[in-house]
Amino acid sequence: MTDAPAIAARDKDQREAAAGDGDEKAVVGRTVTINRPRDEVYAFWREFPNLAGIMENVERIETIDAQRSLWVVKGPAGKTVEWESVVTDDDPGRAIAWQSVEGADVKSSGRVEFIDAAPGRGTMVRATFSYDPPGGVIGEWIAKLFQREPAIQTRRDLRRFKQFMETGEVASSASPSGRESESPTEQAL
Amino acid sequence: MRAVTWQGRHDVRTETVPDPEIVNPRDAIIKVTSTAICGSDLHLYDGYIPTMRAGDILGHEFMGEVVETGPKSTLVKGQRVVVPFTVSCGDCFFCKKDQYSACDNANPATTSDMSETLYGYPMGGAFGYAHLTGGYAGGQAEYVRVPYSDVGPIVIPDGFEDDKVLFLSDILPTGWMAAENAMIEEGDTVAVWGCGPVGLFAIQSALLMGAHRVIAIDHYPRRLELAKKMGAEVLNYRDTDIREALFEMTGGIGPDACIDCVGMESHGMGIDNLVDTVKAHTFLGTDRPAALRQAVLACRKGGRLSIPGVYGGMADKFPIGALMEKGLTVKSGQTHVQKYTQMLLDLIADGKLDTTFMISHHGGLDDAAGLYKAWHDEQNDYTKIVLKPGMQGVTALQ
Repeated sequence: MTDAPAIAARDKDQREAAAGDGDEKAVVGRTVTINRPRDEVYAFWREFPNLAGIMENVERIETIDAQRSLWVVKGPAGKTVEWESVVTDDDPGRAIAWQSVEGADVKSSGRVEFIDAAPGRGTMVRATFSYDPPGGVIGEWIAKLFQREPAIQTRRDLRRFKQFMETGEVASSASPSGRESESPTEQAL
Repeated sequence: MRAVTWQGRHDVRTETVPDPEIVNPRDAIIKVTSTAICGSDLHLYDGYIPTMRAGDILGHEFMGEVVETGPKSTLVKGQRVVVPFTVSCGDCFFCKKDQYSACDNANPATTSDMSETLYGYPMGGAFGYAHLTGGYAGGQAEYVRVPYSDVGPIVIPDGFEDDKVLFLSDILPTGWMAAENAMIEEGDTVAVWGCGPVGLFAIQSALLMGAHRVIAIDHYPRRLELAKKMGAEVLNYRDTDIREALFEMTGGIGPDACIDCVGMESHGMGIDNLVDTVKAHTFLGTDRPAALRQAVLACRKGGRLSIPGVYGGMADKFPIGALMEKGLTVKSGQTHVQKYTQMLLDLIADGKLDTTFMISHHGGLDDAAGLYKAWHDEQNDYTKIVLKPGMQGVTALQ
């Protein structure tokens, strides 16, 4: 008997089963609470091109039509990959799900849910991404090495989403330093 | 521009680095006129705080002139401002509760993982205090980029020289909040461990808040002298058994409130501190909370413990039994600077708070390396150091 969310299960199989389709590497980002009404948060996410400013590894997203969009994503080792994505579920104000079309170079899907937080606190946003990185297992190892590993990215993407919705900006410590040759927006450690 | 950079343990160097730029719409760029070295900078100097990288610009107590503003900044070029060390967005759950040091958005997504792992949730943002707090370039420099400039900086009216208001950035609100957290009641005896700048401001604040008596503890004669000038009774722990003294002075009850203004690099003479020191130096990873342990044991039953002193990690042998069995109330935290700045500026204007008495030295940015070392080695003679970009050479003020 439990009220615990599946992501917190000690049993790995239970955690993975909850994340979705067993075929891909499903990762669940930590839930964030955003101090904005549910409809506003939903509306921002539903305009997929907005997500490019939030998701670190997404270079841009183009709207093709009401259901379809083109995602251009940075893979490991400096390459870009693109694929067409289609909305598979749209419950306005509550949930959006999407997945890459048949035959796309990269198999991926995502689902985001918007839930009322406690009164006065805004909206809880829960997101699950499945992402089969280019290059398969080897690609994942390389991705991890360069800190582009999906679980970390997902968590960070949600934090950026919260920052943007609440403050109008994505927080950045891009700044002068005495450090040698470092791109100001990448604070990888 | 010139800036004071951390290069490693006990290695501070003033270097020429790129000027800051406007990155986000709410940013502003400040030309620094005065910037202080903080006691907590010594923790960075001593290599106690993880996630520093060679080249990081130090400093979180600074003020100056607005020289550039982003499109959504509310500041105006030419304004003179003091900037809180806390980087706070003003829009999140925590900022809205006036808990500015707990801001949920200021720490960029790429650096907030670390504190989430260490402390359970991502920490707020701060200037010049390691990548744990976001890796923001600090204020011991000629120019600083200030994010969320509509929330942090307080505009200073004419008629206040820098030294009078600079400490609004950190240590004055820290001392004030420390005293506020002690929840002082009429008739209270308040004991303060540590007579550095924060302790001295805590003493001043406690008396303003109506404490009947303040007893201050340290071992540096000069600092005890300053505490006495503030109106405290003073104890030197090298000569005095502190717990015995407090017991007697409070007629067997104990101080009603105890404030730990020492933090993680406590000196202390007991065997506990010796063990801590060995562990800290051999990176077995413990803070050195000797003063805190003593405060827990000295505090009266049902009393209050206020902890502004900075701690980073774990403490060994913490008397949690004493804390619980005596029913102590504990309040702690990094200062919510923005909550206090206007009120404290008003107190300074009314002459109720003296801020300049503790400044012992002025110097230029190029003198930083020598001054860090001097402050580290000679804490009796060096009580508070203020750097003035453009100044050459060190002046002792007392």
